[in-house]
Amino acid sequence: MPAGTLYRGREGMWSWVAHRVTGVLIFFFLFAHVLDTALVRVSPEAYNSTIATYKTWPVNLMEYGLTAAILFHALNGLRVIAVDFWAKGPKYQRQMLWTVVTVWVVLMAGAFYPILQETLRNWFG
Amino acid sequence: MAIETTGSVSGVELTNAAPTDPSAFLIEPPRARTKRTGRKSRTNFEMLAWLFMRLSGVVLVFLVLGHLIIQLVLDGGVTKISFAFVAGRWASPFWQGWDLLMLWLAMLHGANGMRTVINDYAERDTTRFWLKVLLVTATVFTVLLGTLVIFTFDPNIS
Ligand code: HEM
Repeated sequence: MPAGTLYRGREGMWSWVAHRVTGVLIFFFLFAHVLDTALVRVSPEAYNSTIATYKTWPVNLMEYGLTAAILFHALNGLRVIAVDFWAKGPKYQRQMLWTVVTVWVVLMAGAFYPILQETLRNWFG
Repeated sequence: MAIETTGSVSGVELTNAAPTDPSAFLIEPPRARTKRTGRKSRTNFEMLAWLFMRLSGVVLVFLVLGHLIIQLVLDGGVTKISFAFVAGRWASPFWQGWDLLMLWLAMLHGANGMRTVINDYAERDTTRFWLKVLLVTATVFTVLLGTLVIFTFDPNIS
């Protein structure tokens, strides 16, 4: 074990790291997202041309990635709340993490076509 | 306390004979008062902030996931979004209220979370101070701009 650290590298630490990274990412995105939506106060053209870039494949892929970050943060946030408020939460924190990961994988699979449909259609017809 | 170069402090193994500061391994109990702690804290700010993270989190699950389903999943996903689509939704006070609540809760939740992150990583007092000034400025600006846009939206602009 490296000296000078208390991190033990188990599930609890990695879920905490992922929760923090996704939280910060979502915060920065939200800042940008309020700015782009504010363009509706400039003109319909300004707004529509910015939104058009959201429909290109690189940004479309980023939307899928952002959805992944938000979904993980939301599901794991509920787990953190359960650990704090539910008497048996700490005991089942590990099982709850695997539940979070499973639900996350299922929802991301379900969101795959709806979110990426434009890109998939462009690439594969 | 005697300084040991090997052995263990609070059960943590010290691995080599290089000079090691044992206080690096000591974690103060959460409620310990230090020299810098005020005589008594007058408010429960940190406890309320902790509670707010959890309450806003529960509400945000519904607001944010609903938002993602409407904007990114239903009716062709992003392809349908345009000025006309926004105008259609904000014609209803219900969706205006939804977006307003989501904006405020997400920004306050996110800003408070960023405060925790700054406290964890920025060690110098001046660095912390200026990062928080930046955080508060960006947060106030974003919340006010978003609120203004929702309330002053004009479907017949230009
Ligand atoms: C979708 C529903 C959400 C839930 C259930 C949720 C839940 C939580 C919870 C319970 C915490 C506290 C973790 C702790 O004290 O250890 C937290 C932290 C945080 N959240 Fe959220 N959150 C949600 C949405 C958001 C959004 C939209 C943002 C960004 C604007 C965000 C940004 C953050 C940040 C930056 C932290 C601090 C992370 C840390 O201290 O490591 N969250 N979230």
